[in-house]
Amino acid sequence: MQELTQYLFSGITTGAIYAVIAVGLSMLYASTELINFAHGEFVMVGAMALVTLWVHLGLPLPVAILGAIALGCTIGLLFERFAIRTARSPQPIVLIIITVGASIFLRGLGMITWGKDPFGVPSFSSHDSIEILGAALVAQSFWIVGAAILLAGGIHFFLKQTLTGKAMVACAVNRKAAWLTGIPSETMAVLAFAISTGCGAVAGIFIAPITMSSYDMGTILGLKGFCAAMIGGIGSLWGAFAGGILLGVLESMGAGLISSGLKDAIAFILLLLILYIRPGGLFAAKEAKRF
Amino acid sequence: MAQNTKKLWIEHSLFLAVVLVAGLFLENAYYLQILTFIGINTLLALGLNMLMGYAGQVSLGHAAFYGIGAYTTAILSGTFGISPWLALVAATGAAVFIAFVVGLPTLKLSGYYLGMGTLGFGMIVNILFREWAPVTGGASGFVGIPPLAAGPVNFMSGRAYFFLVWGVVLAAILICRRILASRMGRALRSIHDGENASLAVGVNTHALKLQIFMFSAGLGAVAGFLYAHFVLFISPGSFGFMASVKMVTMVVIGGMASVWGALFGAALLTLLPEVLHGFAEYEMVVFGLILMGVMIFLPQGLTKGFMDLISKRRRRDHSRP
Repeated sequence: MQELTQYLFSGITTGAIYAVIAVGLSMLYASTELINFAHGEFVMVGAMALVTLWVHLGLPLPVAILGAIALGCTIGLLFERFAIRTARSPQPIVLIIITVGASIFLRGLGMITWGKDPFGVPSFSSHDSIEILGAALVAQSFWIVGAAILLAGGIHFFLKQTLTGKAMVACAVNRKAAWLTGIPSETMAVLAFAISTGCGAVAGIFIAPITMSSYDMGTILGLKGFCAAMIGGIGSLWGAFAGGILLGVLESMGAGLISSGLKDAIAFILLLLILYIRPGGLFAAKEAKRF
Repeated sequence: MAQNTKKLWIEHSLFLAVVLVAGLFLENAYYLQILTFIGINTLLALGLNMLMGYAGQVSLGHAAFYGIGAYTTAILSGTFGISPWLALVAATGAAVFIAFVVGLPTLKLSGYYLGMGTLGFGMIVNILFREWAPVTGGASGFVGIPPLAAGPVNFMSGRAYFFLVWGVVLAAILICRRILASRMGRALRSIHDGENASLAVGVNTHALKLQIFMFSAGLGAVAGFLYAHFVLFISPGSFGFMASVKMVTMVVIGGMASVWGALFGAALLTLLPEVLHGFAEYEMVVFGLILMGVMIFLPQGLTKGFMDLISKRRRRDHSRP
């Protein structure tokens, strides 16, 4: 029992990180139909920027967090402007390779900027861990889960309550029709990029204290975020969020109860299962394009 | 048609001549080694090109078949001492069979979903290579793969192996050409242009996609076999996600739906890291930039992109008085 609770806690913690990554991917997919293989690199950028700004430069934590998010968004906007929008052929396969190229480029840039050594970041608050049902819950878990809920809630509010957000949803539903009603769909795509890459950076910032951050941390996180988004239903906000939490918990349970070696495989096995059984994802209303 | 056959003959003879000249007159062992790697990568690109370029199906996990080929032969010939040639049959058979089992449900997906599905499959296979340590040697790799020999001929030398690999490449090119010229090839291209339309005229698209998936998996396994017995040491890192991406890149950069494009893409992507070694730290940045640049400005691939540019210029020159 105690072990199970422990697995559950650590699962929800990593799951919240996957959820934030998945939400970013999902947002971008909903508005631009683009799957960004460089998304994981924005997680890396967020984590490494926090290392520099907070640990090395000694800036106050909130400033460092905002700075790291701003860096993620800026790189995302540059990426959109110079790589995605200039692409002559918007076929999926071409866009996939462009984002893969961007991912390699950003990883290389990260290696030059921060070197090959991994960095640790102290916990955001120095509270002791709390014991619930005999399992230890570290303070950083609260930060992570809180940030994830806040972020998803904020995006939900933005999409449902603000005019810009509603315009974005309209673009996601039908781009051309939205454009005809006077919504600047180009601007909305740019905004989606900024939010999406910002989400990536947020994931990186909050994961930094519970793992070691290095230039190559992004790829596997990005791919897992991807699995999470597919499990929940890509294109849906809360679907992707739930997919992330579910993936985190299942992964942690699987690692603890079956084998830690196969931990990384769980995400991909789930991905295949979901594609075969319910390609639209568990929580998505829209059926996936399937032949 | 007659002219077409003649053109093909010329192309293939030219190819054979270049291979012979390179194999017989190159003295530098390093160059021979690089050329052998180009040959192995060409096999990979050829197989994937059939799937992506002609049938229009994306696979982001093709390195799995490359790995299955390499690991099957390594385990059978290294651990159990079975003849590598028998292992080749087993490796190809295993890859084709796995492609059948995996392809059956996966190929029903389309677009991004197919990409995701194959990606997931590739990752699972790679994790298996890494975690099944008692059999595969785990993350540190598999040591002790025997070199190839066929009767009196011994493939220990770089030159002999070079001829072996390029012989297989020539055979693979001929087989691909043969398939493409048949009814199957036409049906494949029709899937690429419009799956519903080809269904409507009576093409069993699912069976066809499955067949071509199995074929490209088999070619991948042959390439894996040649790779394993050439370097004599394999590790999971060579067959991961990046390897799959590199294969896709070879096909796309070379130009999809072109047999020579596959050769060109494989050559470019094999040579590029060798050249970029000089950049040391900047290797990844430059590689990423090249990848993005080509895809942004020449999305049909370098071969076709350049041809288009040249013909456009020629047309412009003609239109001038």
